[in-house]
Amino acid sequence: MNGSEFVPLSLVPMLIGICVAIACALPGNFLLLRRQALIGDAISHVVLPGIVVAFLLTGLVASVPMLLGAAGAALVAVAAIEAIRRLGKIEPGAAMGVVFTTMFAGGVLLLEMSDTSSVHLDVEHALYGNLESLIWLDATGWSSLWDPEALAHLPVELPRMATALVAVVLFIAVFWRPLKISTFDEGFARTMGLRTGPLGLALVVVAAIAAVAAFDAVGSIIVIAMFICPPAAARLMTNRLETQIAWSVLFATLAAVIGYVLAGYGPLWLGAQDSVSAAGMIATVSGVLVAGVALMGPARN
Amino acid sequence: MIWEALFLGLGYNATLVTLGACILGIAGGFGGSFLFLRKRALVSDAVSHATLPGVGLAFVLMVGLGGDGRNLIGLLAGGAVTAAIGLLCVNWLSTRTRLAEDAAIGAVLSVFFGFGVVVLTYIQTMSSGQQAGLEGFLLGSTAGMLQSDALVLVFAAALTLGLVLILRRPLTLVAFDPDFALATGRNVNRIDLAMMGIVLAVTVVGLKIVGLILIVALLIIPPVTARFWTDRVDRLLLGAGVFGGVSGYVGAAISAAVPDMPTGPIIVLVSFALFLVSLLCAPGRGVVSSVVQHRQYQRRVHLRQGLLALAQGQPIYERLTQRLMEQRGLIRGDGVATQAGRAHAAKALLDEARWHVVRSDQTYAAAALHYDGLTEMNSVLTPDQIREIDARLPAPQVMLP
Repeated sequence: MNGSEFVPLSLVPMLIGICVAIACALPGNFLLLRRQALIGDAISHVVLPGIVVAFLLTGLVASVPMLLGAAGAALVAVAAIEAIRRLGKIEPGAAMGVVFTTMFAGGVLLLEMSDTSSVHLDVEHALYGNLESLIWLDATGWSSLWDPEALAHLPVELPRMATALVAVVLFIAVFWRPLKISTFDEGFARTMGLRTGPLGLALVVVAAIAAVAAFDAVGSIIVIAMFICPPAAARLMTNRLETQIAWSVLFATLAAVIGYVLAGYGPLWLGAQDSVSAAGMIATVSGVLVAGVALMGPARN
Repeated sequence: MIWEALFLGLGYNATLVTLGACILGIAGGFGGSFLFLRKRALVSDAVSHATLPGVGLAFVLMVGLGGDGRNLIGLLAGGAVTAAIGLLCVNWLSTRTRLAEDAAIGAVLSVFFGFGVVVLTYIQTMSSGQQAGLEGFLLGSTAGMLQSDALVLVFAAALTLGLVLILRRPLTLVAFDPDFALATGRNVNRIDLAMMGIVLAVTVVGLKIVGLILIVALLIIPPVTARFWTDRVDRLLLGAGVFGGVSGYVGAAISAAVPDMPTGPIIVLVSFALFLVSLLCAPGRGVVSSVVQHRQYQRRVHLRQGLLALAQGQPIYERLTQRLMEQRGLIRGDGVATQAGRAHAAKALLDEARWHVVRSDQTYAAAALHYDGLTEMNSVLTPDQIREIDARLPAPQVMLP
């Protein structure tokens, strides 16, 4: 494979995939240790009604209203889960199940009842995304990376996703100590005067930002997988948080690269004509990684 | 149209689907109750997502064998196989590794669903036209269903419901008190496995009607709804069955009557509407009733404190207390006690003095537990006991002005 083919067709989707994977895996580490692993699952379901409502209100498939709508829906969901848990004295898992299924159903219904067929907005797209289509038509080869003309026509998803990744990294770097302490010993963190409540909420919001930014490009399924699988595999490798985070970044990158390559070229090697879903394949590879580590990882018990 | 649909007037197929959804809802409510009581509601999420690769692979297999790939029984069987594998993976990951159950659920659901998507995109490339109907498994679609398919669904739903009813006793026992079940020599693991089998059956039967993403709702929402209405396990089961059945029936009827209404989302939204009404209006645990109870409690506390203040000759400054006491004719507008007010205040003070004796005497330890500053003594102790306590009260002293 040469540069004139790889750079326009595969480089950008692969970079986006890597950004998504790392941006989701980083907060996923903390969510996993806090027993909130399924927050990512809930967020990625409730993002759909937010996006649909934003579209119906503005009539635009623009990124800013959609991001706002999705973030709003995520906050509504967190508030609703908390309200049901407190008002109804219902355990968190069940409260979460009530909220995210209902909001997803509402989003689907809105989609079906309104005329969104003219735009690229449907349930399958929301679930699978369309990573493969984010090609960089203006690139001609590796040299395009230094060509401002071509760089100006990069798919907007790449800078957007890179920004989200930087935001996630910054959040974790700035709040590293309080995050670490409150994750392992919330009581101790509180006696030290840390405000664990707002910190936990901030973590969920950061996770939501990563999920929402990723949603349009890659769909929800890969988001859920990246929130959970790389951190889970990393958890089985080590007892130290720092090492776990490093492993999770490595696993996330591996899943994104191997998954993308297998989706794009795997079927060709097997003699089939067309590629399969890259998002689905990345999720599948991350599962294979978890399975491998669960069978052989040094700290699996 | 809606009324016709609710009274099954839209033809044989729609009637079958509506009944099937109703039976499925009842089975989902029952099965979900056991999960809910075991605090494992979200396991069903992993199970349902894990059906997707099975449905896709069954399609590929059936086409490979020369069929048209759309046989409903074959597709559901495929879904059941991968869902069972997913379930085993959740169990294995959460018991044999250090991963918690929620992480295991998330890993299994995302990976199986991702692989299912891979299989679906492969099917799309196989040959055009053949995959028609497979998307229906994501969100459920009953429109244009074959008559044989509808019959299969009703039959499978009825079978699932029968299974739940047969197994309800051991399941209830384990769900409610696993330690007791273990102590009485029951095989809790096997019963848990049976519970998962029921969840699996409900999920697979519900695939075509509600769709794999939303079938979870039929297992989670009805039991949570029923929980607002009762504290008893058998009534919880019954309520969950009723709520699930109504959701399935009404949801399927609406979707049959109104064009372009997807079945799954409507059923979920109907069941959420029932949940919302229960959250607000249920007696005891509902929001409205909690607010009312809180207000009543608040009034009793304020009245009691006001009476004690009167009895001790202290002025009352608190607005709510003043208003409550005025309304009941215990004080006048200027804060001076009325005849009735003085009588009630004396009684409150006497009660307080009696409680003081009760709480300082070990022989009344059981009665002393009822003390909350509000309970009247004669609702806890017999007249004889009260007389005995009165004998120990300090003799009344003449109050000098």
